[in-house]
Amino acid sequence: MNERILMCGNEALAEAAIIAGLDAYFGYPITPQNEVPEYMSKRMPEEGRVFLQSESELASINMVFGAAATGKRVMTSSSSPGISLMQEGISYLAGAELPAVIVNVMRGGPGLGNIAPSQGDYFQATRGGGHGDYRTIVLAPSSVQELVDCMPLAFDLADQYRTPVLVLADGILGQMMEPVVFNKKPRRKLPPKDWALTGADNRKQNIVRSLWLKEGVVEQHNYDLQAVYKEIEKNEILCEQYEVDDAEIVVVAYGIAARIVRGAVNKARQEGIKVGWIRPITLWPFPTEQINKAADNFKIFLTVELSCGQMVEDVKLAVAGKAPVVFYGRAGGGVPTVEQVLEKIRQLTLRPENII
Amino acid sequence: MMQKVFSKPQALKDCPTHYCPGCGHGIAHRLIAETIDELGIRGRTIGIAPVGCAVLAYDYFDVDMVEVAHGRAPAVATGMKRTNPDKIIFSYQGDGDLAAIGTGEIIHAAHRGEQITVIFINNAVFGMTGGQMAPTTILNQVTTTTPLGRDASKQGYPLQVSELLTLLPGTIYIERCSLHKPALIRNAKKAIKHAFELQLNNAPGLSLVELLSPCPTYWRMTPVKAIEWMENEMTKVFPLGRLKG
Repeated sequence: MNERILMCGNEALAEAAIIAGLDAYFGYPITPQNEVPEYMSKRMPEEGRVFLQSESELASINMVFGAAATGKRVMTSSSSPGISLMQEGISYLAGAELPAVIVNVMRGGPGLGNIAPSQGDYFQATRGGGHGDYRTIVLAPSSVQELVDCMPLAFDLADQYRTPVLVLADGILGQMMEPVVFNKKPRRKLPPKDWALTGADNRKQNIVRSLWLKEGVVEQHNYDLQAVYKEIEKNEILCEQYEVDDAEIVVVAYGIAARIVRGAVNKARQEGIKVGWIRPITLWPFPTEQINKAADNFKIFLTVELSCGQMVEDVKLAVAGKAPVVFYGRAGGGVPTVEQVLEKIRQLTLRPENII
Repeated sequence: MMQKVFSKPQALKDCPTHYCPGCGHGIAHRLIAETIDELGIRGRTIGIAPVGCAVLAYDYFDVDMVEVAHGRAPAVATGMKRTNPDKIIFSYQGDGDLAAIGTGEIIHAAHRGEQITVIFINNAVFGMTGGQMAPTTILNQVTTTTPLGRDASKQGYPLQVSELLTLLPGTIYIERCSLHKPALIRNAKKAIKHAFELQLNNAPGLSLVELLSPCPTYWRMTPVKAIEWMENEMTKVFPLGRLKG
């Protein structure tokens, strides 16, 4: 499949996962990601692989846990309220060091919220989300093509570091159709899954667990996990920069918000405003150094999100007081227009009195 | 020459357990391990430990094992069996795990007819957390959260999960046994072996063996009294026998 095909994000990510060697998909319907299980229900049996509609997101994530424990490539998908239900299982996956991919096609919250696009789950995704001291890798594509390219990467990262990986999309990315190409890029060299439960056939027993009652063992387990997280932070940060060098204003945005920002930045440039943008593709690990470096020459940072301001906290930590950081966002399903972001950029050129 | 006539099952490790004196878990572990040995399936068996007193079951069973979140074993088993149909998957769950927090998971795994074997330990109490009420706690039974005894008008009636599960077309074999007498223990072994054999033969559905099991510590009884209580009280609420299949 090297030709360009017009597909919606949800179906495209499903096909990309299948091409990446997905063995099993477990999921429960929730809008706006229903095309994922629907597509999987048709395609997975065609490939002789497993599709199962679970009775709840609690069950989905634990089915994922079971298949992952036997060494299979496995994923689930859901949207915000369903991802909240999965947090118990994600914490157990992290504790038991099991690889799995979880796609969150975010919608408005809190509570049942609505079914409109949102980026309100940034904190939940980048801070672990469930109980305990852990992180999950978070990939945040901003186009259907990038969503497609994220899937094999997500599985490889999960297998390489033995960790759950989140793909953070939103209602627009899931629903909108764009042309995509399914590239079969060479895969990473991955470690053997010699820890997997396959039956102790002529070998010692394997155990997958997250409980150790002996004093000091869980403490050491935490330090071991942190060492893996340090490795991930060292090797796996992805971000895109555009016309940052001469910029006086740098807009930071991810996912679908970055698409809107790109339009606004291009228009602002046409008006002669020196503005660029930084787009984190991995939300954790966060491109802290890249943003910090960009803050060396005095610039104003504007963070644009489909939330009341979540990633802006990481941007502030990255900028570390070197420059002002301003936020603009809309929440609960509200989507900023290019014109609204452009207006915000224009206001910032009248600094400093307009900087809040 | 001396002939060896009896030994520890290979599927069980040679180590002491943490279980209390008079507890039934050790017996249940042994019956499962004997079954695994006799069927020659150690190399293709994956066990699932619950949250509860048996959370450390993988320290005693010498087969591949996973420890999972409270009550989720049937969902984990589903994920394993669907992706590994040639493996023998069993979950080992207590009454808090299976009949309280995991009610949804066991009902739907049974409902889908997952080809797994469930060993359900019913001791009418939450053991690991210190003797609180379980869904299977019988009426008037005193626990740390029913200090005046379980009162149907306040805490409901003991939940007969096995009877409930017989209604689902996805279950093929359900039997309730008890571990309080040698003859009953022999019968429990037969039931466990039958449940594993069904899975081995790809029988289309879920099999479950409920084992009534003594918990003298949290029944606040001597082991002897506990066995009498099972004979006189517990088996009246949870009658023994093959319920389905």
